Amino acid sequence: MKIQYIAPSFEVARDNARCTGCGICVQQCPNGVHGRDAAGNLTIDERGCVNCQRCVACCPVGALKVFPSRNCWNGSPNWSAGAIADIYRQAETGGVLLSSMGSPGKIPVYWDRILLNASQVTNPSIDPLREPMETRTFLGARGGRPRRGAGGRLIPDLPPRLELQVPVMFAAMSYGSVSYNAHASLARAARELGICWNTGEGGLHRDLYEYGPNTIVQVASGRFGVHPGYLKAGAAIEIKMGQGAKPGIGGHLPGSKIVGDISRTRMIPEGTDAISPAPHHDIYSIEDLRQLVCSLKEATGYEKPVLVKVAAVHNVAAIASGIARSGADIIAIDGFRGGTGAAPTMIRDNVGIPIELALASVDTRLRQEGIRGEVSLVAGGSIRCSADVVKAVALGADAVYIGTAALMALGCHLCRSCHSGRCAWGIATQRPDLTARLDPQEGARRLVNLITAWRREMEEMMGGMGINSIEALRGNRLMLRGVGMTRKELEILGIKHAGD
Amino acid sequence: MDMGNRPPREGEVRIPSGCAISGVFSRSGEAIGGGEMVRSIAVMHDRSNGLGGGFAGYGIYPQYADLYAFHIFFDTCAAKEECEKFLERRFDVVNLSKIPVRKTPRVTGEPLIWRYFVTPLPTRLADSHLDEEEFTVRCVFYINTRIDGAYVFSSGKNMGVFKGVGFPEDIGEFYRLEEYAGYCWTAHGRYPTNTPGWWGGAHPFALLDRTVVHNGEISSYDANRRYLEMYGYHCSLQTDTEVLTYLFDYLQRREGLTLEEAARVAAAPFWSTIRRLPPEERAISTYLRERYASLLVTGPFSILLGFTGGILALNDRLKLRSMVVGERGDRVYIASEECAIREVAPELDRLWAPRGGEAVIYTLDRLPRKAAKGGNAQ
Repeated sequence: MKIQYIAPSFEVARDNARCTGCGICVQQCPNGVHGRDAAGNLTIDERGCVNCQRCVACCPVGALKVFPSRNCWNGSPNWSAGAIADIYRQAETGGVLLSSMGSPGKIPVYWDRILLNASQVTNPSIDPLREPMETRTFLGARGGRPRRGAGGRLIPDLPPRLELQVPVMFAAMSYGSVSYNAHASLARAARELGICWNTGEGGLHRDLYEYGPNTIVQVASGRFGVHPGYLKAGAAIEIKMGQGAKPGIGGHLPGSKIVGDISRTRMIPEGTDAISPAPHHDIYSIEDLRQLVCSLKEATGYEKPVLVKVAAVHNVAAIASGIARSGADIIAIDGFRGGTGAAPTMIRDNVGIPIELALASVDTRLRQEGIRGEVSLVAGGSIRCSADVVKAVALGADAVYIGTAALMALGCHLCRSCHSGRCAWGIATQRPDLTARLDPQEGARRLVNLITAWRREMEEMMGGMGINSIEALRGNRLMLRGVGMTRKELEILGIKHAGD
Repeated sequence: MDMGNRPPREGEVRIPSGCAISGVFSRSGEAIGGGEMVRSIAVMHDRSNGLGGGFAGYGIYPQYADLYAFHIFFDTCAAKEECEKFLERRFDVVNLSKIPVRKTPRVTGEPLIWRYFVTPLPTRLADSHLDEEEFTVRCVFYINTRIDGAYVFSSGKNMGVFKGVGFPEDIGEFYRLEEYAGYCWTAHGRYPTNTPGWWGGAHPFALLDRTVVHNGEISSYDANRRYLEMYGYHCSLQTDTEVLTYLFDYLQRREGLTLEEAARVAAAPFWSTIRRLPPEERAISTYLRERYASLLVTGPFSILLGFTGGILALNDRLKLRSMVVGERGDRVYIASEECAIREVAPELDRLWAPRGGEAVIYTLDRLPRKAAKGGNAQ
């Protein structure tokens, strides 16, 4: 018998007093954990369990629970169970370790060390139930000096911009890495909310072109799915230079997922691996980026703003300053904790910097150079709740991208196994029996609810600060205080310590 | 910052404050005595707490109408010497003198207060490649940020600011304002929630001929400040009034907006209001709001913006601070409370409270001799 070096991480417990033997768990588990023996009795094989919680959520009598395994390894603070398991895995396969979703490591989450202000006495707070509270945001460049026409009237000639009813957008997740139903859910919700979703690098399915006015179409290093009709279909075009979960690394969608419509949409043959190179092979420096920005604008008649998305790396401020002068209208920064459908574990957990620090330093640098007004900033990479959005805007973001949070609204339980292609919630999979589990109408409803709830909470927080429009919050760092931070951290974030 | 046991000054911490404001304006350009303004603001004594009072008068220096009148506080004689050296290298100093004051036991701890009538040296101005106003602004910023102990608190033509620590009526007496007369006055009584001891921190705040008196606390302060600082403004006092003055200076002088347009940026209409406007108006309101999004001012404020030839009164868009306007003949009175108006004009033709965000602008029927340029007059 083959020795199992890695013990299962989870224990699945069935309460036999409750279990009726209906077998829904067997049907729902894509990992073969639940089964029946020859006699028809339900069985459990925990080796495949990723703790996706699908069986727990679907069991009609609440008979199932998943626990962390009680089995203990001879770890130490230095050798964690995860580090040991990785060694066993690599010793077995000789391969690069792969992971999904954002880094679960212990790098500080600065959002949790930042506190918001509220009005008392000298300044009235504003009740969003009684007074207008504005969250509408525009993204894009500002254009040249004001011009006047006949009779001295201002000519309202702003460059093309994106209008968002809430400063939150759904981040890029490609068709292929997620299912058609996931894309359809995001597109519908974006339209209903008056915000934007992002195709990711994988093209836009024919049936989703109708959502164009709320769609950001992405152009990445593999150029998959890019053609003039696609570029013209969106409200804006995003050039993806990097991703927070894997800075400096390209992408790889295995041929097993390049099937049917995905192959057609990506414009590559079925079964071939879709490999996005690490760099764009036409961008080896900042002046090359400028050319791509201009080509895309040329191709779309200068009617759409262009975003450039970069991963938060050490010199992100200088990079952003270059992008701001490249003709781009919007800079999107994706932080260290950002999610992914698959990334080399070592890259995900060791490369890049947290979004809070990246955002603050980019905003500060652009202001020092007097060009913050010329571009918009979008921050992504683990925005988890409305308070994170408010803090990001106060640090200097015009809007945020959410990826993981949006997927959670669709059912994701953060089992971090997207790369397996067996997503039990029908999100990160192309298996028809699994994708059918995600109903786009229901998915869209849940996304709309999530963002609506966040908007309400943001309005409450803004009202408490005596602010009734989101633009008065943007870059308003005086509304933030840090707790438990070093002088240097406070300096980079440009905020004071609580009590100061 | 090590301040020992001394309370912090403006510029070292952010000090919100409540206040009283009052203003009087003669549309025909008739000279109004400074004493009238003092009587008006004195009525609202309880809206101040003795930690700051000040006035701005327009048309008060007709004999030097073409010269910049710099009013400067000096902490020390050394600061004065350094500042004067700086001025002499850049300006033709036509006249300089102490500003005459009347000692009163209720106003103490005053700095050295001097007045200079100056005009930029033509060669220095030409070398700078700047227009006269920008040249002057940069010199004022230099003195205020680089010369320790010197602070220019008034820098316009044919106008002047008089301010200090004390109740406004005492400050008026101290500066002998009854001896000045002009077509427009604004006044301020301050109620800071702190104990500043610095005269420069009192209001009005001024840059060139623009002065602001303000009652309120703006919640958008840091968003506005950080935006303006991109364009060379130094918000060294950390006060609302300072940021509001720069905001109007930037929009009018640098961006070429009219006063009405600038007011529509600061107190922008709600999107729901903009949607109901006729198409052309809607396009312009949308343009202003989008382009200058970071200069929207939120939180309660009522301000009087004085400038050569006119006055603007503006409330925040929710009208979270009181402000009323009265008219009698060619005179216009604007104040935090009606009582301040009735004190000097018991009979009025009209009295009304402007709506939130509604720009109330009055200008002279005819500009005074040698009118200042700029997009001020409507």
